[in-house]
Amino acid sequence: MAETKAAQSSWTDERVEKLLGTLLLTGVMISGLVVLIGGGLYLLRYGRDPVHYENFDPQQASLHGIVEVGKFALRGDGRAIIEIGLLLLIATPMMRVVFSMVAFALEKDRLYVVLTLIVLVILLLSLLGRVT
Amino acid sequence: MLLGSIVAGLLGSLTGLGGGVVIVPLLVLVFHVNVKYAIGASLVSVIATSSGAAAAYVREGYSNIRMGMFLEIATTLGALLGASLATRLPAGILAVVFGAVLIVSAGLSLQHVDPVSTSDPPGHLETLLKLDSAYPTPEGLEEYHVRRIPAGFAMMFGAGTLSGLLGTGSGAFKVLAMDQIMRVPFKVSTTTSNFMIGVTAAAGVGVYLRRGFVVPGLAMPVILGVLAGSMIGTRLLVRMETRWLRIAFAIVIAALGVEMIYGGISGRF
Repeated sequence: MAETKAAQSSWTDERVEKLLGTLLLTGVMISGLVVLIGGGLYLLRYGRDPVHYENFDPQQASLHGIVEVGKFALRGDGRAIIEIGLLLLIATPMMRVVFSMVAFALEKDRLYVVLTLIVLVILLLSLLGRVT
Repeated sequence: MLLGSIVAGLLGSLTGLGGGVVIVPLLVLVFHVNVKYAIGASLVSVIATSSGAAAAYVREGYSNIRMGMFLEIATTLGALLGASLATRLPAGILAVVFGAVLIVSAGLSLQHVDPVSTSDPPGHLETLLKLDSAYPTPEGLEEYHVRRIPAGFAMMFGAGTLSGLLGTGSGAFKVLAMDQIMRVPFKVSTTTSNFMIGVTAAAGVGVYLRRGFVVPGLAMPVILGVLAGSMIGTRLLVRMETRWLRIAFAIVIAALGVEMIYGGISGRF
């Protein structure tokens, strides 16, 4: 009885691993492509301006808020499109964690559903939280 | 800069140290980019390479996903701590810490001690977490045991902190935790570490993004370059003898480390 159960769960694990691999690769490819497109547009527009990154100024860095990024991206702003690529890139490992959680839930592995959920909460906290 | 990033990605994947350890000194020392922007761009590129490489390894069944998931609690918490420290510390101090870690990593990349597998009966925690697993070898599946979980967990927290603080994957430290402390076979520890790096880096990047460490104009060539370099690297790795490359690279890394420390102390950044 115990043996068949173990065999079943290892079969599921294997399938999960294959799907995870595909998910990761797709995420990286898509975000890489978006960054490339944004980069092209960015260079067309700002390519000849000299850049200065010697001094750190948090205000200069990024557009603020997802709505603003979306608005600029629709207008074809290279910087905003690169930012969307970056967000997709961060979303890739996050999706991976969500996917693992679903897989553990399907395997009825409650302990690991909880452990995975903790990782997900930490990730969301880092992206949205004000604590840090 | 794109070219430099390609080289960084190539060297990083060939030596197993990851692109971050090359890209940060390159940006800081050669292109005079502020340390904070450099680690921001580097950590973003770390997500890209780790996810790309992990995709390949996970499919082959080497990574231990349960162990990875469990240890990610430690590494992501560490990354949060590290990244928020990075937002508070001055650039000069970051450069000095970075330099010191480079020198240690150079040393680590040279010594390779095979982990000794144990056959001790599993303790309470080990049974609860179901971490023991098996991995494919030419002679079929081979089982292995995972041990000393609390010590490994603590070490992972440290690795995560360094990752968030310095914008690197800190794969060398993750591997160290897994094979020297937890006694996991080398193939499993390197691939599982790769699998964890992406999630750890994502936790750090979340903080970086909100604190303005990530500038699109800089992140773009770095991501694309490192990604291209590491893709070429993984292909080459299969048919290359990397021993000499490792030694040469370790020397370069150590030299960069000294340079970063010197620059940090002399207040150049």
